[in-house]
Amino acid sequence: MEQVLPQFFVMVMGLALLLYVILDGFDLGIGILVPLAEDAEKDIMIAAIGPFWDANETWIVLGIGVLLIAFPKAHGIILSSLYIPVTVMLFGLILRGVAFDFRVKAGDARKHLWNRAFFIGSLTAAMSQGWMLGAYITGLQENLTSYLFAALIALTLPALYVMLGSGWLLIKTEGMLFEKAAVWARHALLPMGIALLLVSIATPIVSQEIAARWFSMPIAIGLLPIPVSCALCYAILYWILRRVDILRNGYGWVVFTALIVICLMAALGLAYSIYPDIIIGRMDVFEAAAATNSLQFIFYGVAATLPVILLYSGFVYRIFRGKATSLSYE
Amino acid sequence: MSMEFDPFVLARIQFAANISFHILFPSITVGLAWILLYFRVRFTLSGNIAWEYAYYFWVKIFALTFALGVVSGITMSFQFGTNWPGFMERAGNIAGPLLGYEVLTAFFLEASFLGIMLFGKSRISNRLHLIATATVAIGTSISGFWILALNSWMQTPVGFAIENGEFFAQDWWQIIFNPSFPYRFLHMMTASFITSAFLIAGVSAWRTRLGVDGPATMMVMKTGIIMAALLTPLQIFIGDLHGLNTLQHQPAKIAAMEAIWNTERGAAFTLFGLPDEKTRTTRFAIEIPYAASLILTHKADGEVKGLNEYPDQHPPVAMVFWSFRVMLGMGVLMLLTSWCAAFQLLRGRAIGKKMLATLSLMTFSGWVATLAGWYVTEIGRQPWIIYGLLSSADVAADHASATLTGTLLGYIGLYVFLLISYVQALRYLASKPAQSLSLLPNSANNPATVEAH
Repeated sequence: MEQVLPQFFVMVMGLALLLYVILDGFDLGIGILVPLAEDAEKDIMIAAIGPFWDANETWIVLGIGVLLIAFPKAHGIILSSLYIPVTVMLFGLILRGVAFDFRVKAGDARKHLWNRAFFIGSLTAAMSQGWMLGAYITGLQENLTSYLFAALIALTLPALYVMLGSGWLLIKTEGMLFEKAAVWARHALLPMGIALLLVSIATPIVSQEIAARWFSMPIAIGLLPIPVSCALCYAILYWILRRVDILRNGYGWVVFTALIVICLMAALGLAYSIYPDIIIGRMDVFEAAAATNSLQFIFYGVAATLPVILLYSGFVYRIFRGKATSLSYE
Repeated sequence: MSMEFDPFVLARIQFAANISFHILFPSITVGLAWILLYFRVRFTLSGNIAWEYAYYFWVKIFALTFALGVVSGITMSFQFGTNWPGFMERAGNIAGPLLGYEVLTAFFLEASFLGIMLFGKSRISNRLHLIATATVAIGTSISGFWILALNSWMQTPVGFAIENGEFFAQDWWQIIFNPSFPYRFLHMMTASFITSAFLIAGVSAWRTRLGVDGPATMMVMKTGIIMAALLTPLQIFIGDLHGLNTLQHQPAKIAAMEAIWNTERGAAFTLFGLPDEKTRTTRFAIEIPYAASLILTHKADGEVKGLNEYPDQHPPVAMVFWSFRVMLGMGVLMLLTSWCAAFQLLRGRAIGKKMLATLSLMTFSGWVATLAGWYVTEIGRQPWIIYGLLSSADVAADHASATLTGTLLGYIGLYVFLLISYVQALRYLASKPAQSLSLLPNSANNPATVEAH
């Protein structure tokens, strides 16, 4: 039990954070894209995420929650060394979250102000998450290289969110907005590639041990599917985003699907690099784990509720399937 | 001028600012969710369209309030780690699972079904929509259950063992249903129902005075008045029980609430006074003899322990003393207002002009009482974060005071801005003439595209 429970919870945490990046990633991406759209399009873009964003955002609460519940010793260290980016992210998430409602309830005169807040909130949250990812995978060190690296990820990670946002719009919209989404995705593709590349090379550079894990011979072949499938999906994206005629013919979902594969593979790669550490080079999941009987108590909760949560989340997406233009917002 | 603020004090102010801001919104949504369900059920049973109008007006306010509660709640869940890392390291074995159960059994439930409740009406059956609305209401209450279980455990800790300064759970049943939990849970839930009752009555009264009321306004106002008139006396009764429980488990808090310095029999209740910790006296005290003993022990000569029994381990007296009086005073005002209004209703009369004005003034009275009540219980348990076992100062983070000052100013600026925006949005929604509100789906004045939810 003492071995299995920390492993179980690190998987749940990974799953929650991966789902967060994909799901709130498209919400935040759309938030970043809002200023580029016409006023009527802005309403449709927000209609495309309106029923989902709140539940999407809850995945980060679960991810951080599991960190806190299962690995309390790591939770304190991680959150206090990321104090400033966490605070900035919270400001962003607060602004973004309230702007959904204020923009349609505070009166027409203030709508543009709340659209602006929606954009600033989404961008700030995305960039600070990039910073946190960059700082985390370089081992939470406090030196210039680490800061520079964090800054680079902060600048490029929003491109992944913009891609996800555009991909979601290619599923949920039609007409002019659909065309625009394809253009936005095309522009975001290169910076997203840079972000992924940087994240991939960071951990082996920071840690000799991780480098050895990746590049020693028989294992390296077994790991090949990760970079290969990423490259393949990237190539598909590069090609299909230039063939809008194909996208228009009912293949809009290809973009979002390819992005899901990329996120999944990146997550697996990171997990392989970092595990069993929870703070790279400093603390592993077993050292950070909470008492076994506490983990057991919450294990029953997770085992009973997580499948149900996934089920009704799917149910919500099913109810709101189809193009967002037909959403009745009452 | 170089002034270094104590980082511990700053961390506390920051957490207090956030938690005070946060509680404003759940204290509305927990009760309002059930009120919305009531509106939907009344419509489904009676077919009276006015109930549907009531639902569509208030669900907009609910969604806005809910969003503010969610974002400030997320901030709080992060601040446990950023501001009190020591708390999670020492008590994570107990606090973690309770918070985890809140996320798993409440947060996802509320957030997912809120989407269906707000936007799904035209896509699903009325029955399924009722179920979604009920699920959101249940979710908000489950959320309250877990967070109040944790808060109560921190006030009256049981069911654990301590090894090397770390808390370990021994009996989860005892931990969850700890001695102060039933009282705190009932007190807070009732507070939320009363807060939302005064909100709906107050806004409806305001709409009536402005002349923008529709067919639903009077029905909503009645609902609010009757709820408040029934629940306020119940709340006073629950509050009394809660006080007796506190006397048993946290006598220092009670001593601060009453500003009783020396242990005495037949202690007086101080109506007004300025507690002074330096001289350890209460200046300008206006007292009712024997009343404190009577209230607290239900005996005129009952013994009440004084603050001097807990040297250096009692809370700041003046803040607890005054918060308690604000809460009590508000409770009395709420009782008078709701009973006078209910009396007018029972006599079959229309609500008078003066009463309409009073009700609109009392719109946010629940906020004042709830905040004051939380200040009593939270400041009143200081210097402890886990009562009698772990002090708040021992678990604070060691952030630089400049960092904390900067983020604190940021938070306060943002919260003030959001609070002003919230009240303004409420005024804006409330001042729209009933006819111009697009209340029903596919109604003539509802533009086919996107509208306020």
